Amino acid sequence: MNKQVLIAGFGGQGILFSGKFLAYEGLIDGKEVSWLPSYGPEMRGGTANCSIIVSDTKIGSPIVDKPDVLIAMNAPSFDKYINAVVSGGQVFVDSSLIEQKVERTDVEAYYIPATKIASDENLPGLANMIILGMMIKKSGIMPYENIEKALNKVVSAKKANLLELNKKALQIGYDY
Amino acid sequence: MSEKVLMKGNEALAEAAIMAGCKHYLGYPITPQTEIAAYMSKRLPKIDGGVFLQAESEVAAVNMLIGVASTGKRAMTSSSSPGISLKSEGISYLAGCDLPALIVNVQRGGPGLGGIQPSQSDYFQATRGLGHGDFHLMVLAPASVQEMVDLVFKGFDLAEKYRVPAMILSDGTMGQMMEPVSLDAGVINNYDKSWALTGTKGERKPNIVNSLYLKPEELEVKNMERFERYAQIEKNEVMYEEYKMDDAEICIVAFGVAARVSQNAIDIARQQGIKVGMIRPITLWPFPKDALYEAAKKVKAFISVELNMGQMVEDIQLATKCTREVLLCNRVGGMIPTTENVLDKINEAVKLGGVK
Repeated sequence: MNKQVLIAGFGGQGILFSGKFLAYEGLIDGKEVSWLPSYGPEMRGGTANCSIIVSDTKIGSPIVDKPDVLIAMNAPSFDKYINAVVSGGQVFVDSSLIEQKVERTDVEAYYIPATKIASDENLPGLANMIILGMMIKKSGIMPYENIEKALNKVVSAKKANLLELNKKALQIGYDY
Repeated sequence: MSEKVLMKGNEALAEAAIMAGCKHYLGYPITPQTEIAAYMSKRLPKIDGGVFLQAESEVAAVNMLIGVASTGKRAMTSSSSPGISLKSEGISYLAGCDLPALIVNVQRGGPGLGGIQPSQSDYFQATRGLGHGDFHLMVLAPASVQEMVDLVFKGFDLAEKYRVPAMILSDGTMGQMMEPVSLDAGVINNYDKSWALTGTKGERKPNIVNSLYLKPEELEVKNMERFERYAQIEKNEVMYEEYKMDDAEICIVAFGVAARVSQNAIDIARQQGIKVGMIRPITLWPFPKDALYEAAKKVKAFISVELNMGQMVEDIQLATKCTREVLLCNRVGGMIPTTENVLDKINEAVKLGGVK
C-alpha cells in the first residue's frame, strides 16, 4: 500500500493540521509516513497545501505531485490539482465552497458541504476534519479505530476541550 | 530505540543538538530554517546553563559562535542561504582558529535574496571553502528527518575530532517536512580539549585561539598542518549510501531531497527493466571519490540530480576522471525535479548506447 494524499485549500482552514493528524494515524498504524507542507507567505487567506504519504514501504520523495487522493477545500485548489489526480484516484470536494463538479470520469468524486456542516453543527474551523472523516471512510486508508490515539498526538493537552469537537467532526464526515 | 515521533526536520535537528550537549545556540531568523531558532528559544532556557541568543545579525551570531567554540563547548548556529553568506567571514575565522562548531544551512533559492523554496545551490559555497583562505568544512547532507538527527551527532563528533567547523547542508524540504524519527542519543566522545580557553586558574600557561599569523613561515606551517588533518578526514570519514547499485548500468548521484525523488524514479525504471542505481553522498566534503571511481568501471553513464545548475557535476567528473558521460537532471530557483524529470533523464542515458 502506498497512498499519496494532497490536501489543499486556504490558509486558516486547518489544512496542515488535518494532514498532520492523518500522518499520525499512519504512524500509529505502523506505516511509513511523510508530511510536507507548502510554506512561506501562504498563511491565513493565502493558499495552503500539504502532501501526505502513507506507505507499507520506505518512502522516496515526500512530494505528492500525482495524488491518489485529493481533498480540495477551495476553488483555486480544485482547479489547480484536479487534473493531477491519478486515474482511478479519489477526489473529495467541499461543495459549500466549490461550485465546480468533477468532469473527469476516471476518478471517484465525493461532495460534502463540509464548511456549511461545520457552521450548522457549531464546529467552527473543523470543516477540515469533517471532510477528512469522509475520506478515511471512502479511501479505507486506515482503520477508523485509531482516530482517538492520533487526535491525542496532535491536539495539545492545553486544548483538551477540542478533542471531543474534532472527534465529532470526524464522525459526521465518516457517517455522511 | 525510542518510540518514533513525528517531527519537522528543523525541530528534530534542534532537539538532536540539545541531546548532543549543545547548550549554546546563536542565531537569527530566516525562512526556511526559523523553526530551529524557535525551538531552541523554547528549550534552551529550560536547560541548566542553556543559552539561546537571537543576535542582532548573522555576523554577530557567528562571532558569538567563535566565542563559545573557543571555550571548547558545543555550540551551533543556523541560517538559510543569504544568512550563511553573511556568516562566511566568521566561518573562515573558525577554520583559521581550528575551532569545532556546527553550522546549519537550510538552503533556499539564490543568488541574492533569491526565494524561500528549497534549493541546493550552495553546494559550491559549502564544498569549495566557505570564506576566504585555504580551508575546508566537513559538509554533511541529510536526506531524511532521521538523518537531520543522526548527522548532528556526527557533525559535532567530527568537528571535535579534527578541530574543524562542520556544516549540515540541508534544504527547505528537509527542514519543513515531518517524518517519524527516533530521538536516540548518538555517541559523544571525549576528545582532548586542552587547547580550550577555560581560564588558567594560575595553573597553566594561557591558551591562545587565534587566526592571525604575521610571519608567513608560521602561517605556512599552520596551513600545512591543517591540510594534513584534511587528508585524514578524506581518508577516514567519507560517508555515502548505495541504492540498487549491484548490477546498475546507470548511476544516479544525488543528495538530500534530490536523492529521495531519484529513489522513486529508480524504482519505476527498474520495473521497466532499466538497470539504474544510486550513490548518495552523505558527506559532500569529503566527496565519495573512490566509490564513484569504482562505479565508473561498471556503469555506462552517470546522472547528477540536483536543485542547482549542475554544481556537483564537476565533482563527479573529477572523481571518475571524465571516463563516463555525466548527465544533469536539475530544477532551480526553488523548484524540485519530479520523478518524471528523472525518468526522462534515465531514458536519455539509456539512448546514449551501451546500456541494456
